[in-house]
Amino acid sequence: MTKTLTHLERLEAEAIHIMREVVAEAEKPVMLYSVGKDSAVMLHLARKAFYPSPPPFPLLHVDTTWKFKAMYELREKAARDAGMDLLIYQNPEAIERGINPFDHGSLHTDMWKTQGLKQALDTYGFDVAFGGARRDEEKSRAKERIFSFRAATHGWDPKNQRPELWNLYNARKAKSESIRVFPISNWTELDIWQYIHLENIEIVPLYFSAPRPTVTRDGMLLMIDDERFPLNAGEVPVERSIRFRTLGCYPLTGAVESNAATLPEIIQEMLLTTTSERQGRAIDHDQAASMEKKKQEGYF
Amino acid sequence: MPHATSDPVIYKTDDLIAADIDSYLALHQHKSLLRFITCGSVDDGKSTLIGRLLYDSKMIFEDQLVALESDSKRMGTQGQEIDFALLVDGLAAEREQGITIDVAYRFFATEKRKFIVADCPGHEQYTRNMVTGASTADLAVILIDARKGVLIQTRRHSYLAKLLGIRNIVLAVNKMDLIDYDQAKYDAIVAEYSAFATSIGIDDFTAMPISGFKGDNITERSAHMPWYVGQPLIAHLETVALDNDVDQAKPMRMAVQWVNRPNLDFRGFSGQIATGIVRLGDAIRVLPSGKTSTISKIVTFDGDLDEAVAGQSVTLCFADEIDCSRGNVIAAADNPPEVSDQFECTIVWMADEALVPGRAYWLKLGTQTVSATVQSPKYAVNVNNMEHMAAKTLELNAIGVAEIATDKPIVFEPYASNHSLGGFILIDKISNATVAAGMLHFSLRRAQNVHWQATDIGRQAHAALKNQKPKILWFTGLSGSGKSTIANEVEKTLNLLNRHTFLLDGDNIRHGLNKDLGFTETDRIENIRRVGEVAKLMADAGLIVLTAFISPFRAERDMVRAMMPEGEFVEIFVDTPLEVAEARDVKGLYKKARAGQLKNFTGIDSPYEPPENPDICVNTVEMSPAEAAEHIVRLLMPLK
Repeated sequence: MTKTLTHLERLEAEAIHIMREVVAEAEKPVMLYSVGKDSAVMLHLARKAFYPSPPPFPLLHVDTTWKFKAMYELREKAARDAGMDLLIYQNPEAIERGINPFDHGSLHTDMWKTQGLKQALDTYGFDVAFGGARRDEEKSRAKERIFSFRAATHGWDPKNQRPELWNLYNARKAKSESIRVFPISNWTELDIWQYIHLENIEIVPLYFSAPRPTVTRDGMLLMIDDERFPLNAGEVPVERSIRFRTLGCYPLTGAVESNAATLPEIIQEMLLTTTSERQGRAIDHDQAASMEKKKQEGYF
Repeated sequence: MPHATSDPVIYKTDDLIAADIDSYLALHQHKSLLRFITCGSVDDGKSTLIGRLLYDSKMIFEDQLVALESDSKRMGTQGQEIDFALLVDGLAAEREQGITIDVAYRFFATEKRKFIVADCPGHEQYTRNMVTGASTADLAVILIDARKGVLIQTRRHSYLAKLLGIRNIVLAVNKMDLIDYDQAKYDAIVAEYSAFATSIGIDDFTAMPISGFKGDNITERSAHMPWYVGQPLIAHLETVALDNDVDQAKPMRMAVQWVNRPNLDFRGFSGQIATGIVRLGDAIRVLPSGKTSTISKIVTFDGDLDEAVAGQSVTLCFADEIDCSRGNVIAAADNPPEVSDQFECTIVWMADEALVPGRAYWLKLGTQTVSATVQSPKYAVNVNNMEHMAAKTLELNAIGVAEIATDKPIVFEPYASNHSLGGFILIDKISNATVAAGMLHFSLRRAQNVHWQATDIGRQAHAALKNQKPKILWFTGLSGSGKSTIANEVEKTLNLLNRHTFLLDGDNIRHGLNKDLGFTETDRIENIRRVGEVAKLMADAGLIVLTAFISPFRAERDMVRAMMPEGEFVEIFVDTPLEVAEARDVKGLYKKARAGQLKNFTGIDSPYEPPENPDICVNTVEMSPAEAAEHIVRLLMPLK
């Protein structure tokens, strides 16, 4: 008798297949871990892929020092629960120059994230890095392969991608090259939430609504997560019931007003909402092709 | 006539989401997944159709819609109306050109299924993109512009869909609004297509008249075409049979990806079940070894299972300790796949650099990676009219039928019966690029009937009697670099040291064994292959073999290296700059080549690829032949 697999079972099996291929063929793989919901799903899938062995690679957090406190708290616990090593990398030049999102605008993302990631991969000599990017997030992602090749300088060349057929992935590369692998390419935001719900995966509490101190700035609702947040003249923190649809550096991540305090309520809100997920991220607003440009420069 | 703009039909049961989210979630966790491709020419309305599917299934958010409306006014091709195509045309460069030029994946869902759409471009030069998208598709939507009918592109897309084994074909006759929903014209197009489809072996397809722009027969049967009695597109996509379900009825196969060994008490084999169903206690056979056992455990993170089906990623444990590793295939014991090393196959070439017959490429099939050589194609297929053409090689986007040989036997099934054990990619050994996709037809009888005959006196016995370690000293360099002279000096020294040697010289071999070969790239590769095989036989006989051949291509030198045990192939680069070799011109060949009397001369009109990491390098500008020989012998010591 035929047992039709559900779409989540199919997506899960595909991601596991991809992770195992990488471990079988890469010299020194690593999993990028940002503590967000997509990272939580990736980590969960990694545990499933190699069970009863622990995932045979470390987690790498490219830290900007500006993440939400709640993210730092979950980070250590999640790695411990999975029995994996956690590596934390902070760009020393960014530390020295005190790069921050309030004074340095797009330089903040470039130095901490793009440059920090390149430095971390070079420092540790990782040849393959798992990332949790999805094709539904953004137009240039829709065309990126699951195995995405990067030159020695980490740049992405959208015109020179390897064809990917069936479930055959070509992981061969020259010594200086590296590969970014996206096992959840074919998942949508809804799939992620449904999977978290179904599998009971622990996520940062900031995804759930609670009263939090906020200010409104440039049309974004920002949360005051620590004392480093400089208030402008006339700005008074207001306590609002908010949550986050996506998590990054707290001064760059817009919250939404919401009362959704459980996963079903979050999914409900997401299904009834009318704005796309990345709208909360200042980084994508620059220009139409901004993400494609950043990726060519080496951004994940 | 005026066209009513259809209102978008909303798939989300908004009421249920708002009223009872838990019931909604329970309902939606059980959707199945269909992957399909859309193919059409530039103006067939492919992007518009996909945009429409996303829009109608409410996958477009308000901010995207606002952007879309402003984009539509700025650069749309539909006047003031929303240009859905702008939703899906991805990269910046492409948006400016107004065309999609690579495979892009889109996602939408209805009440019954989630869909992954591979958006495939229709240009001739992008055959490789369509083949890529088609390789994972359950279904193909072939779009036709109702005003234009069946075009060359339609034939090409249908042929490729058939080639990749897509079982469900939908012929979507689009832009019906522009021919006033005329049934007679539609029927004529379907009849013409039907005749063509039969001629290329497509037995069954589903035709439907639609308008992606206006939304006719997309979600609901169109009021403009009461004469159409079939299902609208979405309903068809929601009900068509899934490949994954069909695969469960086939014999069980799972390619081993990774051996799971967390401690001495556990040894499992991880992989994704390709076809069939595996149950606890099932008798299995591991290929290529043929060893048998039974399934003792089906392990997952969520607990052990009693059975697992095609598509699931699991870890299998056996009742017996038998050898099994990555690249092996676990199969139903009473119905295993074949093992062979020579095949007929169809190849789709995907790289700018053409196929080089005889050259060794990596072949990846399932989890097996082996070295493989492709013969000159039997024929190439003209994808526009399916005619067979004579071909010596395959260029970018060419499709041909050829014989392929692997350096060791692989587990396979014909592509037609099992995509995961019949579909392969070829990888260039130097650039690491994926250069081709292929589909195995059948194994050649000679591979099945010629077996290796084991002999009692092996290569160790031969070598021991001569009291030496066999080697191939492979001299490579330009014509006139001094290969033969230096090799001759080296052999003289080895002879004095009581070594058993033999010198194979390029010119001498071309007087006999290889006198049927010329100097084209293909003949040069065959020249080196034969020399490599002869040198290997001599090394098996215990000799130290010296070869002096230009051997200009890295890939062929590496091919010979791969035939030999580790350490027995010594690549010696006789490094002489072209100017120096040309100035020497001992045989007067450079003069002839410069005068155009000698074609394909290495260094002049045929390339030389110097070794990247030669085992030994001698510079003949700084060293005399005798000094070079002494240097080489010193590095070779000891020879026992």
